[in-house]
Amino acid sequence: MSLSSPPADRQKGSAYPKLWLIAAIIASLLVSQFVHLNPYFSIVVINIGINIILAVSLNLVNGYTGQFSLGHAGFMAIGAYSAAAVTSFGGARWFDSLGGVNNATTTSLFIVALTIGGLAAALAGLIVGVPSLRLKGDYLAIATLGFGEIIRVIIQNTETMGGSRGFSVSGIYTTIFWTYTVAAITVYVVVNLVNSAYGRGFLTVRDDEIAAEAIGVNTTKYKVVAFVLASFFAGIAGGLYAHFIGYLTPEGFGFMKSIEIIVMVILGGMGNTVGVIFAAVLLTILPEVLRPVQEYRMVIYSLMLIILMLTRPQGLFGGITWRRPAWLRKKRTPVEDGNPA
Amino acid sequence: MSQFIQQLINGLSLGSIYALIALGYTMIYGVLRFINFAHGDVYMVGAFSGYYLGRWLINSLGMQSSVLLLVVVLVGAMIFCALAGLVIERLAYRPLRNSPRLTVLITAIGVSLFLEYSGQVFFGADPKPFPALIPDRLISFGGLTFTNKGLIVLGVTIVLLIGLTFVVRKTKMGMAMRALSFNPTACSLMGINNNVIISFTFGLGSALAAAAGILSSLNYPVITPLMGLLPGIKAFVAAVLGGIGNIPGAALGGLILGVAETMIVGYGDRIHVPPSYRDAVAFVLLIAILLFKPSGLLGKGTVEKV
Repeated sequence: MSLSSPPADRQKGSAYPKLWLIAAIIASLLVSQFVHLNPYFSIVVINIGINIILAVSLNLVNGYTGQFSLGHAGFMAIGAYSAAAVTSFGGARWFDSLGGVNNATTTSLFIVALTIGGLAAALAGLIVGVPSLRLKGDYLAIATLGFGEIIRVIIQNTETMGGSRGFSVSGIYTTIFWTYTVAAITVYVVVNLVNSAYGRGFLTVRDDEIAAEAIGVNTTKYKVVAFVLASFFAGIAGGLYAHFIGYLTPEGFGFMKSIEIIVMVILGGMGNTVGVIFAAVLLTILPEVLRPVQEYRMVIYSLMLIILMLTRPQGLFGGITWRRPAWLRKKRTPVEDGNPA
Repeated sequence: MSQFIQQLINGLSLGSIYALIALGYTMIYGVLRFINFAHGDVYMVGAFSGYYLGRWLINSLGMQSSVLLLVVVLVGAMIFCALAGLVIERLAYRPLRNSPRLTVLITAIGVSLFLEYSGQVFFGADPKPFPALIPDRLISFGGLTFTNKGLIVLGVTIVLLIGLTFVVRKTKMGMAMRALSFNPTACSLMGINNNVIISFTFGLGSALAAAAGILSSLNYPVITPLMGLLPGIKAFVAAVLGGIGNIPGAALGGLILGVAETMIVGYGDRIHVPPSYRDAVAFVLLIAILLFKPSGLLGKGTVEKV
């Protein structure tokens, strides 16, 4: 039984995907170099970026592949703690062997840490995904929730990483530039993957698993690929988070964090990357906007979630096909457009 | 050996709390085929309604802590939560009767958050001491000492289980519940009003969760608005362990989980598992059962039809 059946949502023809990617990276570089935001705003902006990475990557599993995962925060935790371990335990040796602390060495250390965080999370995703992706629907949701909680309990009991007291990260390296570069790469990879010939496999698994199997799609492989890739990006987001917040506690990566990411995916409309990005922005800003009503803000948040589900179950932006304006669209032959006339 | 029996009784007493919550999960899954994530928070609401009712009875009516007080508070909280369950079902879930299951699942998560955070607003986020409903007593029996509370928890659970079995097996309502979980369409064709049965099931499940809330607060007399989160998830694990949708299975799963947790805390060091891994026990059991027998210990496998 498929859990989701949103309408067709593929972004038609990615004419200049690389252009968008480069534009986004340059924009984030310019912003971080020349725009001096006050600290509060830059915290919010970085938070938005991290949430975009988390939501877009989870969307690959939940939205495009139709597998309901409730354990995304667990993979984020693995990435965060692995990356933090690299900079905290390996940082001194790195700086010694490369000739002191300077821009180049911190940058390279940070990139290595993020990559290791992502790979560790991807490995965990593989270990979790292979057995649990045999399950369907609610059972998969609960199994991933279980794995997420196990990851949290293991971290709580790992004394080298501070256990339940928390772990203080040695350096604050995350900037707007790094966050949005990673976010742009994530969006680029997910969108292009899903729009590629290979990526159609994800959509077939979501739309009808039995039919997909019947036409020779290796459904298990697609599910695992989606899961591992999503875990990888979640791990990198975790690494960014660790070197931004500076202090990690296992409680921060609990069930609630996973729910928060899921809500972004649902609100944006499952399998709708643009919508999900909007939702990530909206849901990061919303609690900030609601700060004046501090104690009621989570009440309002949950009520909005219920009302949204009752009135617009396909998500705020679900069912909307995003097309770029005509002047940016690649010229197509009518037949290719699926509209022969 | 006597220590082992003591641990076993503690485990069964903890397990009966899980079992009572798990029954609600399993019954609701039986009739509606969805996981009511808000169920753990109904348990919290039960504990808080017991807290306010108990305090009112003690302070305003001058009742002494006694079995009568416990029964009054227990029944009061069960009725209150049954009504709360009906309201939740009516407002949040009934409009979604024909929606995809995912939509309902997210709504349930929303209801759960709503209950938790409005609990924090109305009751306050600080932990509250639960009033002593019955006097503390130690019971010695054949070289073993038990607290009376542990035994009361077990006893009340058994009574409730017998009552529930009677309702499900012997009454018309129970027969309709079983029919509905078997085939909703055929059920409504037989002249059963499905909505009434679903409401009834929610009421019944919520009342059991309230009973669990009161009973656990007897043993661990500190309550907070977020107390339902972990027991709720663990009770769900218990329901899956026993075979979701299967009533005896939920009770069995709860008891197994309670005993397993207590044993890890008591004897985990001997197999190099520190007691702090207690919260992971449920999830390890969950993953093991999902991998080896996804339909649960007592559940029947289903065949996917094309």
